Amino acid sequence: MLILEQILNGLTLGGVYSLVALGLTLVYGIMHVPNFAHGAFYMVGAFAAFFFMSSFGLNYWIAMAGAGVVVALIAVLAERLVFHPLRHHEGLHHMIAAIGILLFLEATAQAMFGADFRRMTTPYAGIVSMGGVTLPSQRLLIIVAAFALMLALHLFLRKTTTGATIIAMAQNRDGAALVGIDANRVAMMTFAISGVLAAVAATLYAPINLVYPAMGNLVITKAFVIIVLGGMGSVPGAILGGLIIGFAESFGAFYISTDYKDIIAFVLLVLVLSVRPQGLFTTGAR
Amino acid sequence: MLEIHNLTKRFGGLSAVHDVSISFEKNKINAIIGPNGAGKTTFFNLISGAIAPTSGKIIFDDKDVTGLRADQVAQLGVSRTFQATTLFDRASVLDNLIVGHRLRTRSGLMDVLLNTGRLKEEERICRVKAQEALDFVGLSHVSHRIAADISQEERKRVAFALALATEPKMLLLDEPAGGVNPEETVGIAELIQKLVKHGMTVCLIEHKMDMIMNLADKIMVLNYGEKIAEGTPAQIRSNPIVIEAYLGSENAAA
Amino acid sequence: MKYIDGKIGWLLLLALGIVFPFIAAGNDYYLTVMATAYIFAIATIGLNLITGYTGQFNLAHSGFMAVGAYTVGILTVDHNVPFWIAFALSGFVAAGLGFFVGLVSLRLKGHFFSIFTMCVGYIMYLLIEKWESLTHGTVGIMGIPAPSPIAGFEFESPRQQYYLVLFFLALAVFFMHRIANSLMGRTFMAIRNGDDLAEALGINLMRNKVLAFMLSVFYAGLAGGLYAGFVRFLGPGIASVEHTFDMTMYMLVGGIGTLLGPLLGAIGVPWITQYLQFLQDYRFVVFGPLLIILVIFVPHGIVGSYLGWKARNASRIANQNAVRQTPAAGVVGHSQQKGSSHA
Repeated sequence: MLILEQILNGLTLGGVYSLVALGLTLVYGIMHVPNFAHGAFYMVGAFAAFFFMSSFGLNYWIAMAGAGVVVALIAVLAERLVFHPLRHHEGLHHMIAAIGILLFLEATAQAMFGADFRRMTTPYAGIVSMGGVTLPSQRLLIIVAAFALMLALHLFLRKTTTGATIIAMAQNRDGAALVGIDANRVAMMTFAISGVLAAVAATLYAPINLVYPAMGNLVITKAFVIIVLGGMGSVPGAILGGLIIGFAESFGAFYISTDYKDIIAFVLLVLVLSVRPQGLFTTGAR
Repeated sequence: MLEIHNLTKRFGGLSAVHDVSISFEKNKINAIIGPNGAGKTTFFNLISGAIAPTSGKIIFDDKDVTGLRADQVAQLGVSRTFQATTLFDRASVLDNLIVGHRLRTRSGLMDVLLNTGRLKEEERICRVKAQEALDFVGLSHVSHRIAADISQEERKRVAFALALATEPKMLLLDEPAGGVNPEETVGIAELIQKLVKHGMTVCLIEHKMDMIMNLADKIMVLNYGEKIAEGTPAQIRSNPIVIEAYLGSENAAA
Repeated sequence: MKYIDGKIGWLLLLALGIVFPFIAAGNDYYLTVMATAYIFAIATIGLNLITGYTGQFNLAHSGFMAVGAYTVGILTVDHNVPFWIAFALSGFVAAGLGFFVGLVSLRLKGHFFSIFTMCVGYIMYLLIEKWESLTHGTVGIMGIPAPSPIAGFEFESPRQQYYLVLFFLALAVFFMHRIANSLMGRTFMAIRNGDDLAEALGINLMRNKVLAFMLSVFYAGLAGGLYAGFVRFLGPGIASVEHTFDMTMYMLVGGIGTLLGPLLGAIGVPWITQYLQFLQDYRFVVFGPLLIILVIFVPHGIVGSYLGWKARNASRIANQNAVRQTPAAGVVGHSQQKGSSHA
């Protein structure tokens, strides 16, 4: 029984991490830029949903959708105003600029909402009983919603033309341009998608965590671990990596130590990269 | 000077260079030609130590250098240029060249912190070598120009000068006349001949056939990673296999 | 001539530093602000060595500063080691740790290195926060003694501590100047300009990168040790990556990859923040966009842009004065076009 709980816990964490990592890896696949501001997108998503729910009394799902829109807009703005002008600059400048966005968003959130921790209430605060196992509804919800979204994304990328343009550009930027794919449109769309993924992940996870301006920092660092391990730009890698880290943390927290559970992801990264500097799966995208 | 025995490099399942054997004589100009994707740059990377071979042997100056790192190979006297030379564009040309002689110096952290006599002397020598190299390639007049401001042809010469500053025995030149007009190409060719006259051995990759035919003592032709011919320009020019390789690739493109 | 120019400039700066307490008319608060700025300047100069000169953006830098700080804190408070011995160790402990971290991380390049060090920095922060038996965890270390008197010099008052920190800053700048302008500095810069070319020039990449890394975190550790003796209490917050972001800001404003730039930035930006007091906690609402604007439009910072302008000028003048050698027959030695056409 305990094992089952841990597994479900791992799925919960894994689902959230995968969503965040997916957004990050999509952007890296297209722009070859590690978007350090992604954690701030995540945080803004949570705050937006919180704001919609508390100030306008909106329904949880509508607030989530609203948060998705807000973060998508911010992400597109970031792409246009920051990353696009820097496209010919060296890698260091991309990283610094992303950090600038991160700091700005965090400070703004703090200015608007204060640094305190907030609780996001959810209509799914109860528990669900299934075949002798009790599980908090929210966790179940996270698992279902996260994987549903990943499935939707997968279908979008594989089955729609727009999705195909994203994949094409990730695999071969110049080739895609030659075939007439508008790099700007794809870039904006990719950023928008990554924003939505981050916002949804945050809104799903916030009710069982807390909402505060620095909430994105730990998550984003782990997301980076995930995409490095899974392969920068690889969608299946992000999902698999997210699950691995989710399970590692869940079991690690229970069997080893709750205090140091956050370190597990990083220790994994250090170990893997020490042995294989190219990551676990070398992806074809880069 | 340079002996290659059964050199092979595989990336995953693909053989970029397969079972190539050749020897390059001292003090001669050796050219490596072949259609695009034939493995020429990979071959260079293998000799210069930038990548490690899957199998085979590389003997330089009677020493087995197989598997050595690029900086170790450079220490032994093999210097190489790249198609794109990454200079510090915000510094002067001379400034960029000073580090070229670094590998022949011994100063370490203590020398730097204590500003020892050895450091000062070695820095002086590096500067002298840099200026000498610049003079050799005929660019003394741009020594104080900002590196970003020099022309493509001058940049190619600066790459030569950098390689020269390392005091090499052999130079590997990767497309030394790339992006340079016909008049300037002649100048580059003359510079290469000057290098050999001063005791160096040269290996180069080039696509400009007229330059190669007039310049090289020996030519090796690669196609799909394999050596398909070697010989003098006259022999290569009339070699049916070579003609087929080039014409074949042209037909494919048509 | 340029050399004397440079020397006079530095001595002038030092003189300003010496005179500052008098300008500040004994205002302890100003002295504290300036001394704190100096401490972070030392760390920033260190960061500039690995990032500006060697081209690897180390996001764990503040973690190493914390290592130096906690070395002093733990040794003096928990083990009654005299301050100066603990302080002498702070830089070396950081550098020692830096050796191992560098060995693993520097095999990675560009983004990967930065992501990796970001994670290392996080590990350091989390370890400091959770390893309560060693670091006192979130409670922190309190009551760190001020530097003990040496040869009759005391370091209790803000003014005395100011001069102590200024002394170490001067040393830090002095040695960094030596490093940056030497063959070693040129080696680092060659690595930054292009790994492959540097290696082809006979430069051992790993050895030099690890050396640069160790030197840079030595500076961080030393700054941390000074911080401990100056602020007298420590918390995990000192290891937070935010400090690395602050230092990155200083470097960018002043000029990455220059010597004066990080110094200027590390001193100037905190003072500007002071004047924008109301912004203190929200300084990044302004600095965030500022960072972005700088990176896009003025990526070389104040000092970098100035040096670039000066070099252009000098080059122009040297060109006009230089005697043109007639090139060898048949070669156009001085072509005006960059990248001539060729089918």
